[in-house]
Amino acid sequence: MELLERFAAGDLEAFEAVFREHHKEVYAWIVRIVRDHGIAEDLTVETFWRIYRARDRFDRAGNFRAWARRIATNAALDHLRTARRETELPKDLASAGTADPAVRREARERIRKAFQALPPKYRLVATLALIEEEPYYDIAEAAGISIALVKVRVFRAVRMLRKKLNSLGVEVNAK
Amino acid sequence: MSNAENNKEMKELLGQAIAPAQDTELRRDLWPQVLRKLEEQPAPVVGIPWFDWALAAILSAVLVFFPGSIPALLYHL
Repeated sequence: MELLERFAAGDLEAFEAVFREHHKEVYAWIVRIVRDHGIAEDLTVETFWRIYRARDRFDRAGNFRAWARRIATNAALDHLRTARRETELPKDLASAGTADPAVRREARERIRKAFQALPPKYRLVATLALIEEEPYYDIAEAAGISIALVKVRVFRAVRMLRKKLNSLGVEVNAK
Repeated sequence: MSNAENNKEMKELLGQAIAPAQDTELRRDLWPQVLRKLEEQPAPVVGIPWFDWALAAILSAVLVFFPGSIPALLYHL
């Protein structure tokens, strides 16, 4: 019996093998969204727990990687929704590689603040599209929405960010 | 300004404050935690919602007390 078939049948050893094969990729995807290593670890565990619980619904002819990524994205989105107010972008991830001397620290803080104020579903798409520069196709597949809807959400996120940044005194060209 | 230009401008602005995640390497084995979570929170037993039981009870009562409704029910099935 194939590994994924054994996993879907509830074989724990097969599940461990599936976990070993995919967990690093799942973690890397989640950390791009939540931008915190500890939270990403917890959400990776949560994702594989959800995967095991939902094993009956896995299409054995389907793509496990894409299925796992969608579950991971949902788990990360749930986290963004519940921890919206407490979550701060960690400095180690958020400010890495931003040594532009022309940009003042205060302006950077305002940009981060505006970004964090985005509603979770827009923040998810904006993080993946504008910061991580993931292809729209991948974002759509992971979020379980169409590419057209990804584009709409990116457009709206940019509009919200522009408005918020202007209100925070960060100059952004008007559309 | 087109969407692409808008996005490009916003990417540049965000890039000044929020860099792409550089370090996405997992350094710990999470399998023991997954196992623990599976043991602590096993999959819930799928039960029948109370609402379905209530509907079944109402339907049974109607059929028992108003047997004349059986042909009408069969007709609509």
